[in-house]
Amino acid sequence: MSVLEVSVWRGGESGCFQCYEVPRLESQTVLDVVSHIQRRIDPTLAYRYACRVGMCGSCAMTVNGRARWTCRTHVAKVANGNRLDIAPLANLPVVRDLVTDMTEFFDKWQRARGCFRGDKTRRDEFARVPPESPQRKAVDEGIECIGCGVCYSACDVVSWNPDYLGPAALNRAWTLVNDVRDTDNRARLAAVAGDAGCHACHTHMNCTERCPKQLTPTGAISGLKKRVLVAALRGELD
Amino acid sequence: MRSRSQVLLWGAQRASAAVLAVCVLVHLVTIVYATRNGLSAAEILGRTRDSSLWLAFYLAFVAAVAVHAPIGLRALVSEATGWRGRTLDLCILFTGLLLAAWGVRAVWSVFA
Repeated sequence: MSVLEVSVWRGGESGCFQCYEVPRLESQTVLDVVSHIQRRIDPTLAYRYACRVGMCGSCAMTVNGRARWTCRTHVAKVANGNRLDIAPLANLPVVRDLVTDMTEFFDKWQRARGCFRGDKTRRDEFARVPPESPQRKAVDEGIECIGCGVCYSACDVVSWNPDYLGPAALNRAWTLVNDVRDTDNRARLAAVAGDAGCHACHTHMNCTERCPKQLTPTGAISGLKKRVLVAALRGELD
Repeated sequence: MRSRSQVLLWGAQRASAAVLAVCVLVHLVTIVYATRNGLSAAEILGRTRDSSLWLAFYLAFVAAVAVHAPIGLRALVSEATGWRGRTLDLCILFTGLLLAAWGVRAVWSVFA
């Protein structure tokens, strides 16, 4: 049986990599490797996961320098020979080992007004949104985000400008901007405008390249840029 | 700076980029034409002097540069150094005015 040489980040922001040897198995995921270390070698290793099937978005880590969801990433796809380097997500404070503090990431969803606001009550009729309408299609393209933070970790602009809302929050805002039932769009467009919002994006497309759900946050941000510019020209941003 | 102003700056940079794309192309074609045909400085000046068309073209070019470059510089400086706020905006405005003044001076020297 071959052996994987795995370097895992241990400690907080000022920690270091520690090496482990893990048996290499068929169809082994990176999360399997981390779980093996925690269960068989060093039970003090901290990491986060829940569903193991790519739905919950909690197991994202930096694997060989790239942010990935570890439960759906096969070792065979990413190992450099028999080597794996596993670190916490970049652009987020490290709590311990492979666990990051996601508070700022989700606070930015709030700042981008990522909550749906409608004007109907449970006594009203259901809204009818044709599946083929352009707005509904635009929503469909971005709605499957699982909030894993991979795009945020891969984003250069977040690393340069900590106030930048980031791809996931802006993608969420774009799905709501296209939700015909939502009534908060004027405030939402103001919230995502300017130097800390969609206009800070340089269209590097790291988020789109790395998104494990194959979403295109860059496209969502591009749509927001245009929509916000029109609102600014109409004097609707204040 | 208010977010509406930031958005309008972004719009101005995109619009000036579109103008620059045309201006740079025309400028490059002009340079290639002048060098391939062996035009002397005097012959070039003979064509640009008192030409309202060349004056208008290069003034548009200068205006696009003076709008485009400082806005891009503002984003780069702020991301690279963390410098933000009113003093940066004033410095960027000064950079734009300086670029415009130098450009107009150069254009006027081949027109008048």
